[in-house]
Amino acid sequence: MTTDSKTNVFHKKKSLFQYMKQNYMLYLFLAPAIILTIIFKYIPMYGSIIAFKDFSPMKGIWASDWVGLEHFTKFLTSPNFGDIFMNTLKLSVYGLVLGFPVPIILALMLNQVKRASIKKNIQLILYAPNFISVVVITGMLFIFLSPTGPINTILSFFMDNPISFMSDPDAFVSIYILSGIWQGAGWASIIYVAALSNVDPQLHDAATIDGASLLQRVKHIDLPTLKPMMAVLFILSAGGIMGIGFEKAYLMQTAMNIPTSEIIATYVYKVGLQAGDYAYSSAVGLFNSIINVILLVFVNYVVKKLNEGEGLY
Amino acid sequence: MNYSKKDRFLLMINKYVLIIATLIILLPLLYVLLASFLEPNVLLSKGISFNPDDWSVQGYVKILQNEAIIRGFFYSILYSVGFALATVIVSILAAYPLSVEGFRGTKVIMIFFLITMFFSGGLIPTYLVVKDLGMLNSIWAIILPGAISVWNIILARTYFRAIPKELQEAAKIDGASDLLIFFKIILPLSKPIIFVLALYAFVGQWNSYFDAMIYLEDAKLHPLQLVLRSILIQNEVQPGMIGDQLAMAELKKMSEMIKYSSIILSSLPLIIMYPFFQKYFEKGVMVGSIK
Repeated sequence: MTTDSKTNVFHKKKSLFQYMKQNYMLYLFLAPAIILTIIFKYIPMYGSIIAFKDFSPMKGIWASDWVGLEHFTKFLTSPNFGDIFMNTLKLSVYGLVLGFPVPIILALMLNQVKRASIKKNIQLILYAPNFISVVVITGMLFIFLSPTGPINTILSFFMDNPISFMSDPDAFVSIYILSGIWQGAGWASIIYVAALSNVDPQLHDAATIDGASLLQRVKHIDLPTLKPMMAVLFILSAGGIMGIGFEKAYLMQTAMNIPTSEIIATYVYKVGLQAGDYAYSSAVGLFNSIINVILLVFVNYVVKKLNEGEGLY
Repeated sequence: MNYSKKDRFLLMINKYVLIIATLIILLPLLYVLLASFLEPNVLLSKGISFNPDDWSVQGYVKILQNEAIIRGFFYSILYSVGFALATVIVSILAAYPLSVEGFRGTKVIMIFFLITMFFSGGLIPTYLVVKDLGMLNSIWAIILPGAISVWNIILARTYFRAIPKELQEAAKIDGASDLLIFFKIILPLSKPIIFVLALYAFVGQWNSYFDAMIYLEDAKLHPLQLVLRSILIQNEVQPGMIGDQLAMAELKKMSEMIKYSSIILSSLPLIIMYPFFQKYFEKGVMVGSIK
């Protein structure tokens, strides 16, 4: 590479073909990644034209007849649409509004723990739930919140009848979001904790000498340190607002809580893979990802405006 | 540092809130751990008990005799190790050329990869590709589609770029090939990033169930998480786990017990790994923050 670029300074730039021939090994290195990307990313992208077709397994995706936007209008006018769309939106908006500040507050609090060994141990515990699988988390929710579970045992001192949380449509959103915070907040605070530990201690010393209180220092030194990071992470989560994951919602679904727990991702799975309506289900999925891209671009624009030109890209 | 009275009060509140937060995390986990070692009767009648007479390892004995769980455990290991290997190989091989200064095509290739971060074919078209390739009910369906991750390529590339260029230049002048440079100079210096990528891939695969659920129709190939799902969430009693002669009530008690012990068993590899590798896990988050 270097000998090449050195000679390049003196001679005419080599043709791309010559360069590739000389460095073929480097291009071979890229081959597995490129092949996998084409097969598992680009072909499915092209395959999503199935959403505009009347898919018949006999003819295959390519030969099936075009139906235009029929599947999209079917979804948008179906009686389910309002509920499913709002459920998806609710889950992610509440999740973002309630879940976003928790790791920041945790990090600010951890930053006040001066003894390194204690801080380390608290972190070890707070991060641990991140490594629990979604199946186990949901299993634990079913155990803890069952009518005979520990939560109802505690509540039985105050109430006569046990609450069947997991079959209560009104409780679904709260359970989903609170358990998400329980599992993820500690882990999400890592990045903020690291940023705070990079703050020059002299800044705090100087502020204290000038008579700044603890809260003032947090507000004027710690928070501004975290601000750029908050912007980036906010864009990322806000952009993914309609891309809320399938895994946990699907596991938490019970026959009773479906009115609030059916979201776009679980609907796509059920209609597509369980009922076999590939084309319609792909249209729903495609509709969802288009909204995602629009959201990401829009949120980035807003944050850029608010953040003096500093967006994500 | 001198704190005012008000600040000292705030710091005290801070301490107590953190203690409560730690307890909120810890108590449910301890409950499951303790419950897994209790006689099912005791748990149902008395709840958690610290009396050694109430302890039992029955739950563990039952799950260790269960074929589906044991098979699931080994398939989970197979899938997770395979996935970690594939991810690491694909990512670092792709990242190296992209980190080489003056490599022609970097920009086009990066755009080619980055597009997949914004647009995806979605569930059904991806499923149809895997199906058409005849990969249903095979380990390849679990390993290959997820092995390509733009994020991992960017992480590895960032790491490679930080390696001093002088080493590679010297080797190049001595006539070393790209292959030799990669294996003899780059790889030995890249153990941390390889480790981080492998760790994340392993843990992610170990804990996931979705790909296995859609691609593996044959229950005999199911990883542990899917077996767990049937025990914990669908409340299915695994065949052979409980003898037919047992009454319904007994059956319910047993299935409660199995829930706790199977949670512990499935989390065991990560519980053991986690304290040792905490440093690396955190590193993964930090490397990721450098764009």
